[in-house]
Amino acid sequence: MHLITSSVGRKLLMAVTGMMLVGFITVHLLGNLSIFAGSEAINIYAEKLHSLGPIVWIFRLIMLGLFAVHIALGIQLTMENSSASPEAYAIKARLKTTFAAESMIYTGLILLAFLLYHLLHFTVQVVHTDAVATLQPLVNGRLNVFAMVGNSFNSAFVSIAYVVAMCALFLHLSHGLQSFIQTLGLNNGPSQDKVSAIGKLVAIFFGLAYIAIPLAFLFHIVKI
Amino acid sequence: MNLTLHVWRQKGPEAKGELETYQAKNVSEDQSFLEMLDDVNEDLIKAGKDPIAFDHDCREGICGMCSQVINGKPHGGQERTTVCQLHMRSFNDGDEIFIEPWRAKAFPIHKDLIVDRNALEVIMQAGGFTSCHTGGVADGNALLIPKPVADYAMDAAECIGCGACVASCPNSSAMLFTSAKVAQLAVLPQGKGEAKARVKNMTETMLSEGFGNCTNHYECQEACPKGINVKFIATLNREYIKSFC
Ligand code: HEM
Ligand code: FES
Repeated sequence: MHLITSSVGRKLLMAVTGMMLVGFITVHLLGNLSIFAGSEAINIYAEKLHSLGPIVWIFRLIMLGLFAVHIALGIQLTMENSSASPEAYAIKARLKTTFAAESMIYTGLILLAFLLYHLLHFTVQVVHTDAVATLQPLVNGRLNVFAMVGNSFNSAFVSIAYVVAMCALFLHLSHGLQSFIQTLGLNNGPSQDKVSAIGKLVAIFFGLAYIAIPLAFLFHIVKI
Repeated sequence: MNLTLHVWRQKGPEAKGELETYQAKNVSEDQSFLEMLDDVNEDLIKAGKDPIAFDHDCREGICGMCSQVINGKPHGGQERTTVCQLHMRSFNDGDEIFIEPWRAKAFPIHKDLIVDRNALEVIMQAGGFTSCHTGGVADGNALLIPKPVADYAMDAAECIGCGACVASCPNSSAMLFTSAKVAQLAVLPQGKGEAKARVKNMTETMLSEGFGNCTNHYECQEACPKGINVKFIATLNREYIKSFC
Protein backbone atom coordinates (compact mmCIF):
# COMPACT_ATOMS: atom_id res chain seq x y z
CA MET A 1 0.00 0.00 0.00
CA HIS A 2 2.75 2.40 1.03
CA LEU A 3 4.48 1.64 -2.24
CA ILE A 4 1.62 3.00 -4.36
CA THR A 5 0.72 6.01 -2.23
CA SER A 6 4.03 7.39 -0.98
CA SER A 7 6.28 9.82 -2.78
CA VAL A 8 9.34 7.56 -2.97
CA GLY A 9 7.32 4.37 -3.53
CA ARG A 10 5.65 5.74 -6.63
CA LYS A 11 8.98 7.02 -7.92
CA LEU A 12 10.35 3.49 -7.53
CA LEU A 13 7.43 2.07 -9.51
CA MET A 14 8.08 4.69 -12.22
CA ALA A 15 11.72 3.71 -12.31
CA VAL A 16 11.14 -0.06 -12.42
CA THR A 17 8.38 0.12 -15.04
CA GLY A 18 10.47 2.64 -17.01
CA MET A 19 13.43 0.27 -16.96
CA MET A 20 11.28 -2.67 -18.06
CA LEU A 21 10.09 -0.52 -20.96
CA VAL A 22 13.76 0.10 -21.77
CA GLY A 23 14.19 -3.69 -21.76
CA PHE A 24 11.36 -3.89 -24.26
CA ILE A 25 12.70 -1.20 -26.59
CA THR A 26 16.09 -2.96 -26.53
CA VAL A 27 14.65 -6.27 -27.73
CA HIS A 28 12.40 -4.45 -30.19
CA LEU A 29 15.38 -2.55 -31.60
CA LEU A 30 17.37 -5.75 -32.12
CA GLY A 31 14.43 -7.17 -34.07
CA ASN A 32 14.00 -4.02 -36.13
CA LEU A 33 17.66 -3.72 -37.02
CA SER A 34 17.27 -6.97 -38.93
CA ILE A 35 16.10 -4.85 -41.88
CA PHE A 36 19.79 -4.19 -42.42
CA ALA A 37 20.37 -7.94 -42.81
CA GLY A 38 18.58 -8.30 -46.14
CA SER A 39 14.90 -8.42 -47.04
CA GLU A 40 14.32 -11.93 -45.73
CA ALA A 41 15.53 -11.49 -42.11
CA ILE A 42 12.68 -9.40 -40.72
CA ASN A 43 10.10 -11.58 -42.47
CA ILE A 44 11.51 -14.65 -40.74
CA TYR A 45 11.63 -12.76 -37.43
CA ALA A 46 7.98 -11.68 -37.80
CA GLU A 47 6.90 -15.20 -38.65
CA LYS A 48 8.69 -16.61 -35.60
CA LEU A 49 7.08 -14.01 -33.39
CA HIS A 50 3.57 -14.73 -34.64
CA SER A 51 4.06 -18.48 -34.29
CA LEU A 52 4.39 -17.98 -30.52
CA GLY A 53 0.60 -17.60 -30.35
CA PRO A 54 -0.70 -17.12 -26.80
CA ILE A 55 2.76 -16.10 -25.53
CA VAL A 56 2.53 -13.01 -27.73
CA TRP A 57 -0.73 -12.12 -26.01
CA ILE A 58 0.64 -12.65 -22.53
CA PHE A 59 3.53 -10.43 -23.51
CA ARG A 60 1.17 -7.76 -24.85
CA LEU A 61 -0.82 -7.77 -21.62
CA ILE A 62 2.35 -7.33 -19.57
CA MET A 63 3.35 -4.41 -21.81
CA LEU A 64 -0.09 -2.87 -21.38
CA GLY A 65 0.26 -3.14 -17.60
CA LEU A 66 3.74 -1.58 -17.63
CA PHE A 67 2.61 1.34 -19.77
CA ALA A 68 -0.53 1.84 -17.70
CA VAL A 69 1.41 2.04 -14.41
CA HIS A 70 4.20 4.18 -15.85
CA ILE A 71 1.84 6.63 -17.55
CA ALA A 72 -0.71 6.88 -14.73
CA LEU A 73 1.98 7.53 -12.11
CA GLY A 74 3.85 9.89 -14.45
CA ILE A 75 0.78 12.05 -14.90
CA GLN A 76 -0.15 11.89 -11.21
CA LEU A 77 3.34 12.83 -9.96
CA THR A 78 3.64 15.64 -12.50
CA MET A 79 0.29 17.09 -11.41
CA GLU A 80 1.26 16.92 -7.73
CA ASN A 81 4.57 18.56 -8.49
CA SER A 82 3.07 21.48 -10.34
CA SER A 83 0.55 22.04 -7.56
CA ALA A 84 3.42 22.03 -5.03
CA SER A 85 5.03 24.99 -6.79
CA PRO A 86 2.13 27.22 -7.76
CA GLU A 87 3.92 30.59 -7.92
CA ALA A 88 6.63 31.08 -10.50
CA TYR A 89 9.73 33.19 -9.86
CA ALA A 90 10.07 36.40 -11.84
CA ILE A 91 13.57 35.17 -12.65
CA LYS A 92 14.69 31.57 -12.28
CA ALA A 93 18.16 30.41 -13.16
CA ARG A 94 18.70 26.83 -14.29
CA LEU A 95 21.48 25.53 -12.04
CA LYS A 96 21.92 21.93 -13.07
CA THR A 97 18.72 20.54 -14.55
CA THR A 98 18.34 19.89 -18.25
CA PHE A 99 15.75 20.47 -20.94
CA ALA A 100 15.27 16.69 -21.03
CA ALA A 101 14.49 16.57 -17.29
CA GLU A 102 12.04 19.45 -17.52
CA SER A 103 10.18 17.97 -20.47
CA MET A 104 9.74 14.38 -19.21
CA ILE A 105 5.95 14.58 -19.17
CA TYR A 106 5.85 16.08 -22.67
CA THR A 107 8.30 13.61 -24.22
CA GLY A 108 6.34 10.88 -22.39
CA LEU A 109 3.06 12.05 -23.88
CA ILE A 110 4.65 12.27 -27.35
CA LEU A 111 5.78 8.66 -26.88
CA LEU A 112 2.26 7.67 -25.86
CA ALA A 113 0.77 9.33 -28.96
CA PHE A 114 3.45 7.69 -31.06
CA LEU A 115 2.77 4.30 -29.49
CA LEU A 116 -0.89 4.48 -30.46
CA TYR A 117 -0.03 5.61 -33.99
CA HIS A 118 2.64 2.92 -34.31
CA LEU A 119 0.24 0.17 -33.21
CA LEU A 120 -2.43 1.38 -35.65
CA HIS A 121 0.22 1.47 -38.36
CA PHE A 122 2.06 -1.84 -38.08
CA THR A 123 0.02 -3.99 -35.68
CA VAL A 124 -3.64 -3.18 -36.36
CA GLN A 125 -2.70 -1.96 -39.87
CA VAL A 126 -5.45 0.56 -40.38
CA VAL A 127 -3.37 3.62 -41.34
CA HIS A 128 -1.25 3.86 -44.53
CA THR A 129 -3.13 0.85 -45.85
CA ASP A 130 -1.53 1.06 -49.30
CA ALA A 131 1.80 0.05 -47.74
CA VAL A 132 0.10 -2.65 -45.70
CA ALA A 133 -1.19 -4.12 -48.96
CA THR A 134 2.38 -5.07 -49.81
CA LEU A 135 2.18 -7.76 -47.13
CA GLN A 136 0.52 -9.74 -49.94
CA PRO A 137 1.63 -11.49 -52.02
CA LEU A 138 3.66 -13.76 -49.78
CA VAL A 139 7.40 -14.04 -50.33
CA ASN A 140 8.75 -17.57 -49.86
CA GLY A 141 5.49 -18.37 -48.09
CA ARG A 142 5.94 -15.54 -45.55
CA LEU A 143 4.24 -12.18 -45.06
CA ASN A 144 6.38 -9.45 -46.64
CA VAL A 145 6.89 -7.31 -43.57
CA PHE A 146 10.05 -5.89 -45.10
CA ALA A 147 8.13 -4.35 -48.01
CA MET A 148 5.42 -3.04 -45.72
CA VAL A 149 7.97 -1.23 -43.57
CA GLY A 150 9.94 -0.04 -46.58
CA ASN A 151 6.94 1.29 -48.47
CA SER A 152 5.70 3.12 -45.39
CA PHE A 153 9.02 4.83 -44.81
CA ASN A 154 9.35 5.87 -48.42
CA SER A 155 6.78 8.47 -47.49
CA ALA A 156 8.57 11.50 -46.05
CA PHE A 157 5.59 12.25 -43.81
CA VAL A 158 5.69 8.83 -42.14
CA SER A 159 9.47 8.89 -41.77
CA ILE A 160 9.46 12.35 -40.21
CA ALA A 161 6.76 11.30 -37.74
CA TYR A 162 8.94 8.38 -36.65
CA VAL A 163 12.07 10.52 -36.44
CA VAL A 164 10.29 13.12 -34.28
CA ALA A 165 9.01 10.41 -31.93
CA MET A 166 12.47 8.89 -31.63
CA CYS A 167 13.90 12.30 -30.75
CA ALA A 168 11.37 12.32 -27.90
CA LEU A 169 12.59 8.85 -26.92
CA PHE A 170 16.17 10.13 -26.89
CA LEU A 171 15.24 13.04 -24.60
CA HIS A 172 13.13 10.82 -22.32
CA LEU A 173 15.97 8.33 -21.91
CA SER A 174 18.71 10.92 -21.57
CA HIS A 175 17.11 11.97 -18.28
CA GLY A 176 15.39 8.68 -17.48
CA LEU A 177 18.37 6.33 -17.49
CA GLN A 178 20.40 8.20 -14.89
CA SER A 179 17.21 9.00 -12.98
CA PHE A 180 16.61 5.26 -12.68
CA ILE A 181 20.02 4.72 -11.09
CA GLN A 182 19.41 7.54 -8.60
CA THR A 183 15.86 6.43 -7.77
CA LEU A 184 17.07 2.93 -7.02
CA GLY A 185 19.65 4.41 -4.69
CA LEU A 186 22.64 3.24 -6.70
CA ASN A 187 24.46 6.56 -6.79
CA ASN A 188 27.34 7.23 -4.42
CA GLY A 189 28.22 10.85 -5.18
CA PRO A 190 31.32 10.66 -7.37
CA SER A 191 29.43 8.30 -9.70
CA GLN A 192 26.74 10.91 -10.34
CA ASP A 193 28.19 12.76 -13.32
CA LYS A 194 29.57 9.58 -14.88
CA VAL A 195 26.19 7.86 -14.67
CA SER A 196 24.56 10.93 -16.27
CA ALA A 197 27.12 10.92 -19.09
CA ILE A 198 26.73 7.18 -19.73
CA GLY A 199 22.94 7.55 -19.63
CA LYS A 200 23.14 10.25 -22.30
CA LEU A 201 25.41 8.11 -24.49
CA VAL A 202 23.07 5.13 -24.26
CA ALA A 203 20.12 7.44 -25.03
CA ILE A 204 21.96 8.78 -28.11
CA PHE A 205 22.60 5.20 -29.21
CA PHE A 206 18.92 4.26 -28.90
CA GLY A 207 17.84 7.45 -30.67
CA LEU A 208 20.25 7.06 -33.60
CA ALA A 209 19.66 3.34 -34.01
CA TYR A 210 15.88 3.77 -34.17
CA ILE A 211 16.09 6.81 -36.44
CA ALA A 212 18.38 4.93 -38.83
CA ILE A 213 15.53 2.61 -39.86
CA PRO A 214 13.07 5.10 -41.42
CA LEU A 215 15.93 7.19 -42.83
CA ALA A 216 17.55 4.14 -44.43
CA PHE A 217 14.39 3.56 -46.46
CA LEU A 218 13.63 7.22 -47.09
CA PHE A 219 17.07 7.83 -48.58
CA HIS A 220 17.09 4.45 -50.38
CA ILE A 221 20.12 3.22 -48.50
CA VAL A 222 18.12 0.07 -47.95
CA LYS A 223 16.11 -0.73 -51.09
CA ILE A 224 12.87 -2.66 -51.17
CA MET B 1 28.45 51.35 -6.31
CA ASN B 2 24.83 52.06 -7.14
CA LEU B 3 22.30 49.30 -7.72
CA THR B 4 18.70 48.90 -8.82
CA LEU B 5 16.77 46.43 -6.67
CA HIS B 6 13.53 44.71 -7.62
CA VAL B 7 12.18 43.38 -4.34
CA TRP B 8 9.09 41.24 -3.68
CA ARG B 9 6.77 43.18 -1.38
CA GLN B 10 3.75 41.49 0.14
CA LYS B 11 1.90 42.87 3.16
CA GLY B 12 0.71 39.55 4.57
CA PRO B 13 -0.03 35.90 3.82
CA GLU B 14 -3.28 36.63 2.01
CA ALA B 15 -2.23 39.90 0.37
CA LYS B 16 -1.27 40.11 -3.28
CA GLY B 17 2.43 40.80 -3.67
CA GLU B 18 4.45 42.45 -6.39
CA LEU B 19 7.99 43.44 -7.27
CA GLU B 20 8.88 46.99 -6.30
CA THR B 21 11.91 48.89 -7.46
CA TYR B 22 14.40 50.61 -5.14
CA GLN B 23 17.73 52.34 -5.65
CA ALA B 24 20.62 51.28 -3.40
CA LYS B 25 23.12 54.15 -3.38
CA ASN B 26 26.77 54.24 -2.34
CA VAL B 27 26.94 50.54 -1.58
CA SER B 28 30.35 49.46 -0.30
CA GLU B 29 31.80 46.30 -1.80
CA ASP B 30 32.78 45.22 1.71
CA GLN B 31 29.17 45.13 2.85
CA SER B 32 27.28 41.88 3.04
CA PHE B 33 24.09 41.57 1.05
CA LEU B 34 22.01 41.90 4.23
CA GLU B 35 23.93 45.03 5.31
CA MET B 36 23.16 46.53 1.93
CA LEU B 37 19.46 45.80 2.58
CA ASP B 38 19.78 47.28 6.10
CA ASP B 39 20.88 50.56 4.50
CA VAL B 40 18.01 50.47 2.02
CA ASN B 41 15.65 49.87 4.94
CA GLU B 42 17.05 52.80 6.90
CA ASP B 43 16.30 55.07 3.96
CA LEU B 44 12.79 53.59 3.72
CA ILE B 45 12.19 54.18 7.43
CA LYS B 46 13.46 57.76 7.17
CA ALA B 47 11.06 58.32 4.28
CA GLY B 48 8.22 57.02 6.47
CA LYS B 49 7.82 53.81 4.46
CA ASP B 50 7.53 50.19 5.53
CA PRO B 51 11.00 48.55 5.53
CA ILE B 52 11.60 45.33 3.58
CA ALA B 53 10.98 42.36 5.87
CA PHE B 54 13.56 39.57 5.56
CA ASP B 55 14.70 36.68 7.75
CA HIS B 56 18.15 36.59 9.33
CA ASP B 57 19.74 35.67 12.62
CA CYS B 58 23.38 34.62 12.98
CA ARG B 59 24.68 36.41 9.89
CA GLU B 60 27.58 34.02 9.86
CA GLY B 61 26.20 31.25 7.69
CA ILE B 62 25.25 28.70 10.32
CA CYS B 63 21.66 29.24 11.43
CA GLY B 64 19.85 28.89 8.11
CA MET B 65 17.48 31.79 8.68
CA CYS B 66 18.45 34.00 5.75
CA SER B 67 16.48 33.00 2.69
CA GLN B 68 16.33 35.04 -0.47
CA VAL B 69 16.29 34.11 -4.12
CA ILE B 70 18.64 36.57 -5.79
CA ASN B 71 18.51 36.82 -9.58
CA GLY B 72 16.81 33.44 -9.73
CA LYS B 73 19.31 31.66 -7.48
CA PRO B 74 18.68 30.77 -3.83
CA HIS B 75 21.25 32.58 -1.65
CA GLY B 76 22.54 34.31 -4.80
CA GLY B 77 24.18 31.26 -6.30
CA GLN B 78 27.70 31.67 -4.96
CA GLU B 79 29.13 28.26 -4.08
CA ARG B 80 28.58 27.23 -0.45
CA THR B 81 27.39 30.69 0.56
CA THR B 82 24.31 31.86 2.44
CA VAL B 83 22.81 35.29 1.70
CA CYS B 84 24.31 36.67 4.91
CA GLN B 85 27.77 35.61 3.73
CA LEU B 86 27.31 36.97 0.22
CA HIS B 87 29.28 40.17 -0.24
CA MET B 88 28.60 43.11 -2.47
CA ARG B 89 31.95 42.65 -4.19
CA SER B 90 30.23 39.90 -6.22
CA PHE B 91 28.13 42.64 -7.86
CA ASN B 92 28.99 45.46 -10.21
CA ASP B 93 28.02 49.11 -10.28
CA GLY B 94 24.72 49.57 -12.12
CA ASP B 95 23.55 45.96 -11.64
CA GLU B 96 19.86 45.18 -11.49
CA ILE B 97 19.11 42.69 -8.75
CA PHE B 98 15.89 40.71 -8.36
CA ILE B 99 15.14 39.62 -4.78
CA GLU B 100 12.32 37.15 -4.19
CA PRO B 101 11.20 34.91 -1.33
CA TRP B 102 11.47 31.08 -1.34
CA ARG B 103 8.49 30.00 -3.43
CA ALA B 104 6.69 26.75 -2.63
CA LYS B 105 3.17 25.81 -1.59
CA ALA B 106 4.64 24.35 1.61
CA PHE B 107 6.34 27.70 2.43
CA PRO B 108 3.54 30.29 2.62
CA ILE B 109 4.75 33.88 2.57
CA HIS B 110 4.46 35.72 5.89
CA LYS B 111 5.55 39.10 4.68
CA ASP B 112 7.81 40.33 1.85
CA LEU B 113 10.79 37.95 1.82
CA ILE B 114 9.86 36.04 4.97
CA VAL B 115 8.30 32.62 4.47
CA ASP B 116 6.94 30.12 7.00
CA ARG B 117 9.30 27.13 6.97
CA ASN B 118 7.53 25.24 9.73
CA ALA B 119 6.82 22.39 7.30
CA LEU B 120 10.49 21.36 7.57
CA GLU B 121 10.06 21.20 11.35
CA VAL B 122 7.04 18.93 10.91
CA ILE B 123 9.16 16.58 8.79
CA MET B 124 11.76 16.54 11.59
CA GLN B 125 9.10 15.68 14.14
CA ALA B 126 8.08 12.71 12.01
CA GLY B 127 11.43 10.97 12.53
CA GLY B 128 14.43 13.29 12.55
CA PHE B 129 15.51 12.10 16.01
CA THR B 130 16.59 9.01 17.91
CA SER B 131 14.63 7.72 20.90
CA CYS B 132 17.39 6.65 23.25
CA HIS B 133 18.02 7.33 26.93
CA THR B 134 20.76 9.90 26.98
CA GLY B 135 21.72 9.41 30.62
CA GLY B 136 25.06 10.84 31.65
CA VAL B 137 27.83 11.73 29.25
CA ALA B 138 28.88 8.55 27.45
CA ASP B 139 32.44 7.32 27.69
CA GLY B 140 34.38 8.70 24.71
CA ASN B 141 35.21 5.44 22.98
CA ALA B 142 32.41 3.27 24.33
CA LEU B 143 30.58 3.35 21.01
CA LEU B 144 33.00 2.81 18.16
CA ILE B 145 32.09 4.54 14.90
CA PRO B 146 34.49 4.10 11.96
CA LYS B 147 35.92 7.36 10.65
CA PRO B 148 34.37 7.11 7.14
CA VAL B 149 30.94 6.58 8.74
CA ALA B 150 31.42 9.53 11.06
CA ASP B 151 32.56 11.69 8.13
CA TYR B 152 29.55 10.63 6.08
CA ALA B 153 27.17 11.48 8.92
CA MET B 154 28.91 14.82 9.48
CA ASP B 155 28.60 15.72 5.78
CA ALA B 156 24.85 15.09 5.99
CA ALA B 157 24.62 16.94 9.31
CA GLU B 158 25.98 20.08 7.67
CA CYS B 159 22.43 20.85 6.52
CA ILE B 160 21.23 24.02 8.26
CA GLY B 161 17.60 23.57 7.20
CA CYS B 162 17.37 26.84 5.29
CA GLY B 163 15.12 25.40 2.59
CA ALA B 164 17.17 26.56 -0.42
CA CYS B 165 16.77 23.02 -1.81
CA VAL B 166 12.99 23.43 -1.84
CA ALA B 167 13.27 26.94 -3.27
CA SER B 168 15.42 25.79 -6.17
CA CYS B 169 13.48 22.62 -6.95
CA PRO B 170 11.10 22.82 -9.95
CA ASN B 171 8.83 20.47 -7.95
CA SER B 172 9.29 22.21 -4.59
CA SER B 173 10.44 18.88 -3.22
CA ALA B 174 12.08 18.63 0.20
CA MET B 175 14.01 15.48 -0.68
CA LEU B 176 17.51 16.90 -0.13
CA PHE B 177 16.61 18.19 3.33
CA THR B 178 14.80 14.99 4.31
CA SER B 179 17.49 12.76 2.86
CA ALA B 180 20.24 14.56 4.77
CA LYS B 181 18.43 13.81 8.05
CA VAL B 182 17.56 10.23 7.08
CA ALA B 183 21.09 9.47 5.87
CA GLN B 184 22.82 11.05 8.87
CA LEU B 185 20.86 8.94 11.33
CA ALA B 186 20.72 5.77 9.22
CA VAL B 187 24.48 5.24 9.27
CA LEU B 188 24.98 5.84 12.99
CA PRO B 189 24.40 3.09 15.57
CA GLN B 190 22.04 5.34 17.57
CA GLY B 191 19.81 5.83 14.54
CA LYS B 192 19.71 2.32 13.13
CA GLY B 193 16.97 1.05 15.43
CA GLU B 194 14.31 3.37 14.09
CA ALA B 195 15.61 3.55 10.52
CA LYS B 196 12.67 1.75 8.89
CA ALA B 197 9.92 3.78 10.53
CA ARG B 198 11.92 6.98 10.13
CA VAL B 199 12.28 6.89 6.36
CA LYS B 200 8.62 5.98 5.85
CA ASN B 201 7.27 8.58 8.26
CA MET B 202 9.51 11.40 7.10
CA THR B 203 8.82 10.85 3.38
CA GLU B 204 5.11 10.55 4.08
CA THR B 205 5.16 13.83 6.00
CA MET B 206 7.02 15.45 3.13
CA LEU B 207 4.02 14.73 0.94
CA SER B 208 1.34 15.66 3.48
CA GLU B 209 3.06 19.00 4.15
CA GLY B 210 2.61 19.89 0.49
CA PHE B 211 6.13 19.36 -0.89
CA GLY B 212 6.46 17.85 -4.37
CA ASN B 213 8.10 14.59 -5.45
CA CYS B 214 11.77 14.43 -6.40
CA THR B 215 12.36 13.88 -10.11
CA ASN B 216 16.14 14.08 -9.95
CA HIS B 217 16.76 17.54 -11.39
CA TYR B 218 19.62 18.02 -8.86
CA GLU B 219 18.99 21.78 -8.66
CA CYS B 220 19.04 21.40 -4.85
CA GLN B 221 22.63 20.25 -4.71
CA GLU B 222 23.77 23.31 -6.66
CA ALA B 223 21.65 25.66 -4.57
CA CYS B 224 22.66 24.24 -1.17
CA PRO B 225 24.86 26.68 0.78
CA LYS B 226 26.35 23.70 2.63
CA GLY B 227 27.08 21.57 -0.42
CA ILE B 228 24.82 18.70 0.59
CA ASN B 229 25.23 16.06 -2.11
CA VAL B 230 22.35 14.29 -3.86
CA LYS B 231 24.02 11.01 -2.94
CA PHE B 232 22.04 11.39 0.30
CA ILE B 233 18.84 11.24 -1.77
CA ALA B 234 20.11 7.96 -3.22
CA THR B 235 20.71 6.82 0.37
CA LEU B 236 17.16 7.78 1.31
CA ASN B 237 15.85 5.79 -1.66
CA ARG B 238 17.97 2.82 -0.55
CA GLU B 239 16.75 3.15 3.03
CA TYR B 240 13.20 3.26 1.73
CA ILE B 241 13.68 0.01 -0.23
CA LYS B 242 15.34 -1.57 2.84
CA SER B 243 12.33 -0.62 4.96
CA PHE B 244 10.31 -3.27 3.10
CA CYS B 245 12.88 -6.01 3.71
C1 HEM C 1 9.08 3.61 -24.63
C2 HEM C 1 8.47 4.11 -23.64
C3 HEM C 1 9.05 4.64 -22.35
C4 HEM C 1 10.25 4.37 -21.74
C5 HEM C 1 11.33 3.43 -22.21
C6 HEM C 1 10.31 5.17 -20.53
C7 HEM C 1 11.36 5.17 -19.63
C8 HEM C 1 11.43 5.94 -18.49
C9 HEM C 1 12.46 5.88 -17.50
C10 HEM C 1 13.66 4.95 -17.52
C11 HEM C 1 12.16 6.81 -16.54
C12 HEM C 1 12.99 7.13 -15.31
C13 HEM C 1 12.37 6.62 -14.05
C14 HEM C 1 12.92 7.35 -12.86
O1 HEM C 1 12.55 8.50 -12.65
O2 HEM C 1 13.74 6.80 -12.12
C15 HEM C 1 10.95 7.45 -16.92
C16 HEM C 1 10.34 8.46 -16.22
C17 HEM C 1 9.17 9.09 -16.59
N1 HEM C 1 8.37 8.77 -17.68
FE1 HEM C 1 8.77 7.35 -19.04
N2 HEM C 1 9.17 5.91 -20.41
C18 HEM C 1 8.38 5.61 -21.51
C19 HEM C 1 7.13 6.10 -21.80
C20 HEM C 1 6.50 7.10 -21.08
C21 HEM C 1 5.18 7.58 -21.37
C22 HEM C 1 4.27 7.06 -22.51
C23 HEM C 1 4.92 8.56 -20.50
C24 HEM C 1 3.60 9.29 -20.55
C25 HEM C 1 3.12 10.10 -19.74
C26 HEM C 1 6.08 8.70 -19.61
C27 HEM C 1 6.23 9.61 -18.57
C28 HEM C 1 7.29 9.63 -17.68
C29 HEM C 1 7.41 10.56 -16.58
C30 HEM C 1 6.45 11.69 -16.23
C31 HEM C 1 8.58 10.20 -15.89
C32 HEM C 1 9.11 10.80 -14.59
C33 HEM C 1 9.98 11.94 -14.88
C34 HEM C 1 11.05 12.13 -13.85
O3 HEM C 1 11.21 11.31 -12.94
O4 HEM C 1 11.76 13.11 -14.00
N3 HEM C 1 7.02 7.79 -19.99
N4 HEM C 1 10.51 6.92 -18.11
S1 FES D 1 21.60 34.55 8.91
FE1 FES D 1 22.21 32.67 9.80
S2 FES D 1 22.79 31.57 8.02
FE2 FES D 1 22.40 33.51 7.20
